[in-house]
Amino acid sequence: MTDEPQSHIEPGPGEAQASDVLDAPLPTTPPRSQWAEVWRQFRHHKGAMAGGIVFVLIVLGVFVGPLFWHVEATYIDIRARNQGPSLAHPFGTDQLGRDMLARMMAGGQVSMSVGMTAMLLALFLGSLIGVLAGYFKALDNLLMRTTDLFLALPLLPLLLVMVLLFREPLNASFGPETGIFILIVVAIGVTSWMPTARIVRGDVLALKEREFVLAARSIGTTNTKMIARHILPNVVSPIVVSATLGIANAIITESALSFLGLGFPPDFPTWGRLLFDAVDYMQQNPERVIMPGLAISLTVLSVNYLGDGLRDALDPRIRGR
Amino acid sequence: MLTFTIRRLVLAVPTLLFISLVIFGLLQLAPGDPMAQVPLTVPPEVKQKMREALGLGDAWYIQYWKWIVQFFWVEPQVFLDYVFGTNFSEGKLRVLSWQTRSPVMEIVVQRLPQTLWVVGTAYVVAVLIALPIGVYSAYRQYSVFDNVGTFVSMIGFSVPPFFSGVLVIVIFSVNLGWFPSIYDTTHRVVDWDSFVVQLQQMIMPVMVLALQITAQIARFMRASMLDNLNQDYVRTARAKGLGERVVVLSHVLRNSMIPVVTVIALGIPQIFGGAIITEQVFKVNGIGQLLITAIQANDLPMVQTLTFIFAVLIVLFNLIADVLYGILDPRIRYD
Repeated sequence: MTDEPQSHIEPGPGEAQASDVLDAPLPTTPPRSQWAEVWRQFRHHKGAMAGGIVFVLIVLGVFVGPLFWHVEATYIDIRARNQGPSLAHPFGTDQLGRDMLARMMAGGQVSMSVGMTAMLLALFLGSLIGVLAGYFKALDNLLMRTTDLFLALPLLPLLLVMVLLFREPLNASFGPETGIFILIVVAIGVTSWMPTARIVRGDVLALKEREFVLAARSIGTTNTKMIARHILPNVVSPIVVSATLGIANAIITESALSFLGLGFPPDFPTWGRLLFDAVDYMQQNPERVIMPGLAISLTVLSVNYLGDGLRDALDPRIRGR
Repeated sequence: MLTFTIRRLVLAVPTLLFISLVIFGLLQLAPGDPMAQVPLTVPPEVKQKMREALGLGDAWYIQYWKWIVQFFWVEPQVFLDYVFGTNFSEGKLRVLSWQTRSPVMEIVVQRLPQTLWVVGTAYVVAVLIALPIGVYSAYRQYSVFDNVGTFVSMIGFSVPPFFSGVLVIVIFSVNLGWFPSIYDTTHRVVDWDSFVVQLQQMIMPVMVLALQITAQIARFMRASMLDNLNQDYVRTARAKGLGERVVVLSHVLRNSMIPVVTVIALGIPQIFGGAIITEQVFKVNGIGQLLITAIQANDLPMVQTLTFIFAVLIVLFNLIADVLYGILDPRIRYD
C-alpha cells in the first residue's frame, strides 16, 4: 500500500529549483483584490481624489453642519434683514432676516437628498431594463424601442408639465413637502434612466456569450441566480459610473425646476430656490446669488471629476498605468 | 442609403404619433379650467357652451383626433396659403391658444426668430471655438493647454445655465455696466449704432449657451482625435514624409470629424431645450419663454403643440445624425 509516508526523496539535478521554490518563504501579503486595485488606480487620478474630497466635505457640511449651527432655517428676524456676513450670521441674512448659512445647509440637504434618491431610482430602472433587455431576447426589441421613445421625448418641457399637473393631488395626499419631494424624485428618475439602460444592455449582451455563463448554465443555474450571481456583479462598473453622472444630472434638474418656479414651495429652501429668490436682490446683495450657485456648481463639478476617475479606475485596460 | 432614409422616415411617423399621444394623455389629466378667468356673473350654461366651443365637451379620443387633424392637415394648408396665396384653409379651425384665442402657430412664428437668432449664433460660435480647442488639446495631450482645456470644459459641464447666466449678469451688467441684462426683442438694426446695441445685448446669452456647448463638443473632438492619432495610417503618412500640418489637419482631422459631426447634429434639439432656461434668465421672449408662460397659464393647446414641436426636432435630428454618419463614413452600411 502507499499510505506509509516515503521518508526521503533524492532530488534529481533538474528538480533542485523546484524544491527551492517550495522552501521559499510564504508570501505574507494576501493577493490584492479587485477593489484594492481599483482604489490604487483611483488614488493616482488627482482630479478624482480632489473631487471626492470636496464632495465628502459638502455632504458632511450639509448633513452634519446643522448639529453645530443651531439657527432655524425658517426663523424670521425681520430687523436683521439683508445683512452682510458677520459673526452672528457668517453668510449674512436674506430679505426676511433668515440666516443664510442655515438656509444653505437646509437647501443642500434637500438638493442632495433629491439628487441621490432620484439617481437611485434612475439606476434601478436603468439596470432592470438593461439587464432584462440584454438577457432575455424576447424582451429586447420591445424594451429598446421603449428606451428610444423615451430618448426622443423633450424632457425638460415634460418635466415642467408633470410638476404642474401632479403637484396639487400629491400635495393633498402627502403634504406639501413630501408630496413635491416624491413628485420631483419620480419625475427625474423616470426621465433619466435611458443611458444606464443602454450601457447595461450592451455589457450584458457581451457577457452572455462568455464561457463562464455557459459553464454556469451547464450546471443548471436558474435565470434568477444567473443574473444575481454572475451578470450583475460584472456590470457594476458601468452602473457605478452612471450613478455619479446621475447625481449631477438630478441636482441640476431639480435646481432648474426650482429656478423656473416649479419646484419646492417658497418657504422650503433648496439651492435652486435660494438662487431663484436671490435673483430679485441681485443688485443689492450679489453674494446671495453666488453662494447657492457656487454650491450647485461645486457639487456637480466634484461629482463629475469623481465619475471621471471612477471610469478610469474601473476600466482594467487603463489600470496600472 | 436611400432605402435606409425612407425606412427611418416611415418609422418616425408612429414614433411621433405615440409621443403626441403621450403628451396629450398627460395634458388630459391637467386640473386647470380654461373658463376660470370668466367672470362669475356669466351663467353656468353659457360657460358650458363656451367650453364646448373650445372643443372640451368631446371624449378624449375625439379631442385628440381633432388636434391631429388641425396640426397635420389644417396647419400645412395655412402654410401653403401663406406661401402661394391659395385659399385651401378657408373656414377651417386651427389650433387655438386658450390664452390669446389666436392660432398657436402664429404666435410660434412670431417667437421663433428670437430663439433661432440667439440659439443659432451661440451654436455656431460654440462649434467654431470647440473644434480648434479639441484638436489642439488632443495633439498636445497632457500639456498645460490640454489640462486647462479639460478643466474649463469640466466647468462648462457642471455650471448650470441658470447660474452662469445670473453670474454674468452680476459681473457685466450690475458691476461693470457693459451690457444690458434684458434682451430687447423690439430692437431693430438699422445703422451701425443700433447694430452695436444688438451685439451688446446678444453677447451674454450667447456666451452662456456657448460655454455649455463648447464644453461638450471640445471634449468629444479631443477623444475622437486621440482615437485616430495612434492609428497605423497616421504613422504611414508620417513615414511617407508628409508634414505635420497635412497629417493632422487633413488626414486625422477628417477621420475624427465623422463622429463629431453627428454629435453636433444631435445637440441641436437639446439646445432648444436648454435655451428655455437661458431665455428665462435674459428675458428673451422666444419659444422657451412662451412654453413657460403657457404652462403657468394652463394653456393646454399651446403646451401640447410646443412640446410636440420639440419632439419633432429631436426625432428629425436623430434621423439626420444617422444619415450623416452613413454618408460620411463609407465603412458604415445600413442596408
